[in-house]
Amino acid sequence: MLFLPELILLLGTLCLFLVSLGSPAIDTLRKLTVIIMALVMLASLACLNQKGSLFFDSYQVDFFSQLFKFLICTATLVVLIFSEDAPGIRSDVKAEYNVFLFTGVLGLMMLTSSVELLAILVSLELSSFALYIMVPMRSAESGGAMQMESGIKYLLFGVMSTGFMLFGMSYIFGLCGSTYLSDIAVQIEPLFYQPAAIIAIALMLAGFFYKLAIFPFHFWVPDVYQGAANETTAFIAAVPKIAAVAVMIRIVSLVSAEGQTVVNLLLICAIGSMFYGNLSALVQKDFKRMLGFSGISHAGFVLFGLLTLSSQGYATSLYYIIGYAAMNLACFLVVCTVAPSGKNLAIEDFTGLHQRSPLLAVILAIGLFALAGIPPFVGFTGKFMLLVSAFKQGHVLAVVLAAINTAIAIYYYLSVVRVAYCSDPEGATMQVAPGTLTTAVSLLLLLVIVAMGILPGAFLNLTSTAIGTIL
Amino acid sequence: MDQLLINHGFPLLSALIFLPLVGAFVLLPLKSDETCRYVSLVFTAIVALLSFVLVAGFDTTTAAFQFAETHTWIAPLNINYTVGVDGISILLVVMTALIMPFCVLASWSYIQFRVKPFMICLLIMETAMIGVFVALDFVLFYILWEAMLIPMYLLIGIWGGPRKIYASIKFFLYTLAGSILLLVAIIWLYWKNSYTFFIPDMMWQPYGITPQVLVFIAFFIAFAVKVPMFPFHTWLPAAHVEAPTAGSVILASILLKMGTYGFVRFALPIVPDATLLLMPYVLWLSIAGIIYGGLTALAQQDMKKLIAYSSVGHMGFVTLGIFVLNKQGIEGAILQMINHGVTTGALFLCVGMIYERTHSRELSAATGVGRYMPIFVTFLAFFSLSSFGFPGTNSFVGEFLVLAGTFEFDLTLGLAAIPGAVIAAAYMLRMLQKVVWGGVDNPDQSWITDLNTREIVTLAPFLLFVLWIGLSPGPFMEMMDYSVTDLLDQFNVYKAQSVAAAEILVRR
Repeated sequence: MLFLPELILLLGTLCLFLVSLGSPAIDTLRKLTVIIMALVMLASLACLNQKGSLFFDSYQVDFFSQLFKFLICTATLVVLIFSEDAPGIRSDVKAEYNVFLFTGVLGLMMLTSSVELLAILVSLELSSFALYIMVPMRSAESGGAMQMESGIKYLLFGVMSTGFMLFGMSYIFGLCGSTYLSDIAVQIEPLFYQPAAIIAIALMLAGFFYKLAIFPFHFWVPDVYQGAANETTAFIAAVPKIAAVAVMIRIVSLVSAEGQTVVNLLLICAIGSMFYGNLSALVQKDFKRMLGFSGISHAGFVLFGLLTLSSQGYATSLYYIIGYAAMNLACFLVVCTVAPSGKNLAIEDFTGLHQRSPLLAVILAIGLFALAGIPPFVGFTGKFMLLVSAFKQGHVLAVVLAAINTAIAIYYYLSVVRVAYCSDPEGATMQVAPGTLTTAVSLLLLLVIVAMGILPGAFLNLTSTAIGTIL
Repeated sequence: MDQLLINHGFPLLSALIFLPLVGAFVLLPLKSDETCRYVSLVFTAIVALLSFVLVAGFDTTTAAFQFAETHTWIAPLNINYTVGVDGISILLVVMTALIMPFCVLASWSYIQFRVKPFMICLLIMETAMIGVFVALDFVLFYILWEAMLIPMYLLIGIWGGPRKIYASIKFFLYTLAGSILLLVAIIWLYWKNSYTFFIPDMMWQPYGITPQVLVFIAFFIAFAVKVPMFPFHTWLPAAHVEAPTAGSVILASILLKMGTYGFVRFALPIVPDATLLLMPYVLWLSIAGIIYGGLTALAQQDMKKLIAYSSVGHMGFVTLGIFVLNKQGIEGAILQMINHGVTTGALFLCVGMIYERTHSRELSAATGVGRYMPIFVTFLAFFSLSSFGFPGTNSFVGEFLVLAGTFEFDLTLGLAAIPGAVIAAAYMLRMLQKVVWGGVDNPDQSWITDLNTREIVTLAPFLLFVLWIGLSPGPFMEMMDYSVTDLLDQFNVYKAQSVAAAEILVRR
């Protein structure tokens, strides 16, 4: 029971592998992947309240990890549903693509439960290598040769940050003599006067900074977002970030009150991410690239919750990343649906979307306004609570800078809403009609964005409970 | 929470706030444009009627917040849904509720495409606007304050004139950027007041002078952009000119009032020391706005632009009245907010009616219509006279009170404000003269038709209020009197206390 969701996913992956040996019809493949993912999601929902540990205590199952697993599966399912037939993926490797996708999800799910350094490393690499391979699998018709460049960039930056993380882990092992996070927490607590401990934690975080796309580990973001297929980007933009936050919460909670240097470091990274992301996003023409930069700035906001070193702050971060995933998926849903051939979309390509598909236009507008942090959507509520928790810890200047960033960000989000709503398409343009399942998913995302924004109480309780189980 | 008179009966304020929102949802499945128009008219009319109930039940002998409702909303952060009205906000709430049905009427034939989304935007706007005036929880206030930007942006951006994209983005960016620091100030106040967002609890607290000044600056930027005060006014002409008629009316009559309402509700009671310290600058900025708005209006060829700049001038009078900090000043300012809402709203409606006929807002294209539109120019004449404060009309009372308050405060300031009133007469009479008579080179206007019944029905209530407030302002003043007196009393008590505290410090 403890390992049920992962087990089902593993079996599903094997099943897909067998399928991939033949030449399956695209339609069958899509049904199969959606069904497997839905099963995994239901399993993770059923196992939400499981408790226990596996594999010599290096794999902990608690509400925290189970909640994350549920979120990861749900987000993946949403991506699978709105990718329809995955038009951006090379048609001869579609089955293999899904095998790697599932392996990646498996790695991410295992990551959330890992409480031992080697287990963390193995799960992280499992997910990363799958993703490295997924990026260049884009079809040449839709991507040209961009996907190869981004694949290599993604790999090189990923390997580099893993190197940093391993280096940090070796320090931790040297300082504490254990690879179990629970032992490390006890051992490292009095050691924060030592630069070694601070460097170790910082380096270890670097691996996840890369996943979450935080300055200065963000360099892969724009190229990979642009070069990867729309479906792949949607996945990369949402799912690994959720898992990264899970592990970062575990690592940051190792820092004791004396570790003010780590806090300052996080603060610099957070502010740097916001400014870098928002200022660069202002001049983007490619919509995915713009979302990539916006993602960098949002990652900065997530850090705001972590650097408070308080359970309330962690809970808010968790809340924010859930909201972020929902807003981001809403935007990518529109991207995937508006680009049926899997091509990249420039911002101008949304011209007159309100006529081509009113529903998609509403979703795009609400998704973007939410990302921009306009109430009453989740983006505002999340940002507001993060600012409050950072303010309580006395980071007043950072709060002011973050608020200014919100004002900068509104411009580029608004310019997309503008072309979607305020300009009319020239000549005859294609109508866009999302499938039934995609429509249902889009309404669900809309509901989540609004409900989390207006009534955050229930969600906050949920995330606080989750945080409570690991602290 | 003793500032609240909790309403245990029918939740009137919540009904006022959420009824339009319900209307927006009712519109969603509708198909026919005509039905959408009628449904939104019905919903806005019900809200307007409900607002009369509010007036009828309003107790003018207390300064507490009446019809108050409070419910827990986001418990972990101590955010509550708290609403209530007092003498300062009631008139604004009623005005908002009364103006909205006429905005629907004014858009009846003006908006021909995408009627349903337009009406949905109007209804969401109404929810947010009424909510802003009655919110007593700072987060609730801020959420509604910002949420209002989206429908207003769409109103200008989709249904606006040729430069709608420029105007809508400018409007959005200005107002959003202005209110960003307000958020930080709110968080600071929350932290300082042992984690409460309840606005009355934040008032008259002994904050230090430095944080007060910083909070005041945050308030000032947010509210001054919204008013708009010189030199933050540049978004206003653009937005006004490009917005559809209903959008212009909402902007002029209601949105601008939120800035001045913010000054009275927040700046004065929450940061009184900073208000005292910085009020000379605000006063002189108001004078600059009055003169600048008037002179610029004098030079306009575009009627909407003319009225937009005149708004800058009129709102200058309002901020002038607020910051002279005496009873005539503040009461005059609040009355002037209502007057400006009525008069300028009506003027924008008039321009909209001309525009529907000539498809031009240029003054030169509308010259000499008096001969063919006698009913229209009668209305226009009354509203123009009201706009520059002709005795017997509403603005005379308001402007007179503001000027009386200003002279009581400082002679120089009063003298500096006088030219504003004179210029106002000049530009309004110039417009009136051109529209009614024009010159020898009038374009041929003989094809033009006079107002139809719907249009007369739209304008008549505005005229009623112009004359009613002008001839008998008593009932209106009575509504606000208690709250304003209480505000000033508390202000003086606070001032005396801080002077006493300073003396003790000096003696030590």
